[in-house]
Amino acid sequence: MTEHLKMDKVQPRLLDETGQGVISTPMPRPEGPLKVSGRATYAAEWKAENMAQGFMVRAGIPKGSYKIDADSVKDMPGFLGVYSDHMVRNSAQGTMNTNPVQLEHEIQYLGQPIAVVVAETFEQARHIAESLKVDYTRDDDVAGDFDAVTDWKEGSSQDQGDLDDAIAKAAFAVDSTYTTPPHNSAAMEPHAALASWDGDKVTVRASLQMLGYNRNEIADSLGIDAANVRLLSPYVGGGFGSKLGIDPASVSAAVASRHLGRPVRVVLHRNNVFEMINLRTQTRQRVRLAADSNGKMTAVGHENWQTNLPDEPFAEPVDTATHFLYGGENRRYGQYTAVLNRSASGSVRAPGEAVGMLALENAVDELAEVAGIDPVEFRLRNIPDTHPENGNAYSSRSLAQCLEEGAEKFGWSQRKSPKERREGEWFIGMGVASAARTNILMESKARVTLNPDGTALVETDMTDIGTGTYAILGQIAAEMLGLPTDKVTVELGDTDLPTASGSGGSWGASSSGSSVFLGAKAIRAKIADRLGCSPEELRLQDGVATGGNNRRPLTELLEGPISEEGHIEPGDQDVAQAGFGAHFAEVAVNSVTGEVRVRRMLASMAAGRILNAKTAQSQVWGGQIWGIGSALTEEIQHDRRTGHIVNNDLAEYHVPVNLDVPDLQVHFVDERDDYANPIQSKGIGELGLSGAGAAVTNAIYNACGVRVYDYPATPDKIFPHL
Amino acid sequence: MPTLGSAMKITLNVNGEARSLDVDPRVALLDALRTHLDLTGSKKGCDHGQCGACTVLVNGRRINSCLTLAVMHEGDEITTIEGLGEPGSLSPLQKSFVKHDGYQCGYCTPGQIMSAKGMIAEFNMGWPSNVTDDLGTAPDFTEAEIKERMSGNLCRCSAYPGICHAIREAAPDEGTIEEAAE
Repeated sequence: MTEHLKMDKVQPRLLDETGQGVISTPMPRPEGPLKVSGRATYAAEWKAENMAQGFMVRAGIPKGSYKIDADSVKDMPGFLGVYSDHMVRNSAQGTMNTNPVQLEHEIQYLGQPIAVVVAETFEQARHIAESLKVDYTRDDDVAGDFDAVTDWKEGSSQDQGDLDDAIAKAAFAVDSTYTTPPHNSAAMEPHAALASWDGDKVTVRASLQMLGYNRNEIADSLGIDAANVRLLSPYVGGGFGSKLGIDPASVSAAVASRHLGRPVRVVLHRNNVFEMINLRTQTRQRVRLAADSNGKMTAVGHENWQTNLPDEPFAEPVDTATHFLYGGENRRYGQYTAVLNRSASGSVRAPGEAVGMLALENAVDELAEVAGIDPVEFRLRNIPDTHPENGNAYSSRSLAQCLEEGAEKFGWSQRKSPKERREGEWFIGMGVASAARTNILMESKARVTLNPDGTALVETDMTDIGTGTYAILGQIAAEMLGLPTDKVTVELGDTDLPTASGSGGSWGASSSGSSVFLGAKAIRAKIADRLGCSPEELRLQDGVATGGNNRRPLTELLEGPISEEGHIEPGDQDVAQAGFGAHFAEVAVNSVTGEVRVRRMLASMAAGRILNAKTAQSQVWGGQIWGIGSALTEEIQHDRRTGHIVNNDLAEYHVPVNLDVPDLQVHFVDERDDYANPIQSKGIGELGLSGAGAAVTNAIYNACGVRVYDYPATPDKIFPHL
Repeated sequence: MPTLGSAMKITLNVNGEARSLDVDPRVALLDALRTHLDLTGSKKGCDHGQCGACTVLVNGRRINSCLTLAVMHEGDEITTIEGLGEPGSLSPLQKSFVKHDGYQCGYCTPGQIMSAKGMIAEFNMGWPSNVTDDLGTAPDFTEAEIKERMSGNLCRCSAYPGICHAIREAAPDEGTIEEAAE
C-alpha cells in the first residue's frame, strides 16, 4: 500500500504528539562506527572479479578537435583499450534527468575528458593515458577571459516601479559592484565508478547525490533503457553539488565495460575533478539600494553577469534571496550570460545565495553605514510584511528573532566603529549578515517495514552525502513507530529501492523524511485498527501500543511484517517559503600585512523543526566555514588566454584548514513550518552558508575601514588601503 | 633495475601482521593498502600529498601514504585505521569522533584519526609547532596547537570544530599525554 500526500495544505504536527522522544535529539550517526573504522565502503573501494582499471585522458588544448592514436600505446604492458564514444563533456546539471552534452571529436575547454584508457592495473592505465598520442587540430579563437567579454546576452530580467527614480529621490543610496571568483565543490572523495554488465543490464557503483535522476542520465548517455541501469551509492564522500549529476567517470566506466565485456573501475584524478566537474560561475554583481530618511528601503536592484560553456542549461540564480528578503517598492533584476572556453558552470552548495548574498549583504551593510543606522537594526526595519513582489505571506519566518537573539548571544552591543578597537597590531571588528535560502519540497518515496520482532526497516534510494540521512530517517521512523532508534535499520543508495528526492538543494532531509513519515503513518493506522482504536488515540512507545483502553506489545499485535510505502509530492500553495537566519563574525585584520583571521562566528538559524540537533549543527558549521573560505581564500584562477584552470588541485585552491577556523557557535530558533511538509522542517545545509561570508567581510570593514569588492578578501586587497 | 611494470616481492607489517606482496614498483603505499591488501580505510583524496586523507602511521610516524612507494617500506610497521579498532571495539579516538560528530561524509575521517594519533605522539615527544611560542619548554596541548598540527588534513564538510572537540576529549585516553608530562 502507498500513503500518498500532495502538500496542498497544512498538516497536523504529529511529530509533536508522538511519545518516543527521539526526533530532534542529537543522536550520533548510526553509520559512524563504520566511518571511523574505515569500514564504510565508497565507490572506488568495491571490487569485481576480473576488474580492469580506467584512467581519464584530458584535452591538452582549449578549443579544436582531436583524434586518438590508439596505436601509439597498444603495445604498452597491460593495455586493454582506449575509448572516446559517448564521452560526456562535463558533469550533468542537478535534476537534469537527461544526458549532459556529449562530444566525441570536439574540444571546448582545456581539461575536457576526451577518452578513457583501460588497462589491467591502475598504474598501467595512468602510464598509458599519459603516453597516449592525441592529434589535435587547434582553433585559436579561444575565449578565456571573463573581463574581456563584450557580447553579454540578456537573460531573465524583472522590473517593478522605477528603480532609477527611487534612487534619485532617496535620502540614502548605494551603487556597488562586486565580483566573486569561480568556486570548486572540492568534495574529499573524487568521483569514481565501477561498472559491470550482465547482458543488457548495467550496474554502476558510483558516487552520486540523486540516484533517481542519475539513472535516467546514465541511460540517456549510453542510449539504453533506464530500467536496465542499477546505481549503488550507499556512501558518498561529500557532494556539495558536484555529484548532483552523472560525471565522466560513471559514463566512461560503463562504456569501457561494455566494450571489454568485463567490469571496469574509473576514478577521477583530483585534477580531473577540478576541470571536468561543474564549478560555480565567476560573477560580477551590481547592487543598487536606496532608503528613506527613516532607514526604510525604497529600492532594490540586483544585476549579475556570469558565464558557461555552450548549450549548458544552467545559470546561477544569483538574485534568489534578493527577491524576498527586504522590502522596497522599486525593484530591478537582470541576468547577463556569456560563453567561455572554461570548465562548465553548475551548482555548488547554495547556488545563487552563496555568492548573491555576499553582494546583497555587503550592500545592505553599506546602506546602513551611510544611513547611520546599526546594521542589525537596519535589517530589522526592512523585514517586509509580505513578499515585496507577489504579496504572498511567508510560511514561517523567524528572521527578526534570529537577528535579535543572535546579536544578544554574540555580544553585538560591544561593536565599535572602524579602527576603534585594536589589539597590538590587529584591528578587531564585528559584522552581521542575514541568511536566507529558499525552501523546496521534492517528490520522494520510501518503504517502511515494521517486523513482528519489534524492529523496523526503512528503504529508499536516497543518499547520505554526510548530511545525516541515515540518522534522520531512522529517527523519524523510530519516533513514528515508537521504537528505540537501534531497532531501526536504514538502507539507502540503491535504485532498486523506492525513488527518493536525492540530496541537493537542501531538500533531502525534508523530502525523504516526509516519505518515511507517511509510510510510518500508514503503519500506525494499521496498528490502531488491530488495537481497536482510532489513529488519533494510538500511542506507540518502546515497542508497546496503547489506545482505546488497550495496551499490547507490538510483538503480540503483529502476526507478520507490515510494509507501507510513503510518497510525498509538492503541492500548490501561495506562500513564500524559505529558511532564515543571521550570521555574526568577529575578525582581526593585521594593520601591517592586511591578513584577516576570523576570531569567532555565531549562526542564529531558523529552519523549521530540527530533525537531529547534532547533524544540523554540523551542517551549519560547514556553512559557516564555507563562508570563511568564500570570504578569504577560495578562488579558482583561469588563465586569461586559454581559460584553463591554473590552480587545479587542493594545494592551490585554498579551502579552509583547521587553523583557519575558530570555535563556532550555532543557535537554533525553535520553529515549525506548517506549509513546508508534514514534518514541518526546512533545509539547513545551504542556509548555513548563505550570507556567512558577507558577515566576515562586513566585519573586515568594521575592523579596519576597508571594503573589499573583489572576492576573496586576500591581504593584497586590504593593506594598500589601511 | 627491474623492467617497467614487473613485480617486486615485498613484505609489509600491516596492523601487526606480515603481508607479502608482488607489486609493480610504481605502486604507492596507499594503493598497495587499498588495492592489493583490500584495506580501503585509508582514502585517496588527491594522490598528491595535499589533503591528508591517506594518512597512516609508518613506524609510529604519520605520513601521507600516497607520496611514498610501497617498495620503499620493506619490513616497516604500518598502522592503518583498520588497525585501531572496529565497530564494537573502537579506540578512544574513534569513539570520540562518533560522539562529537567529528566528520560528516566520513571520507577524510580515517586520515584525520590517524593524523590525530600521530600528532598526539609528536606532541608528547615535545615537538614544537608553528604556533608554539617558546621552543625551550614542552608545548601545551592547546586548541591552537591541535588546529595547527591538524591543518594538513582537509575536511570539506568542515567538521573541524567536532574534530577538535573529539581529539581534546580522547587525547588523555590515548595514553601518551600524561607520559609526556612526567
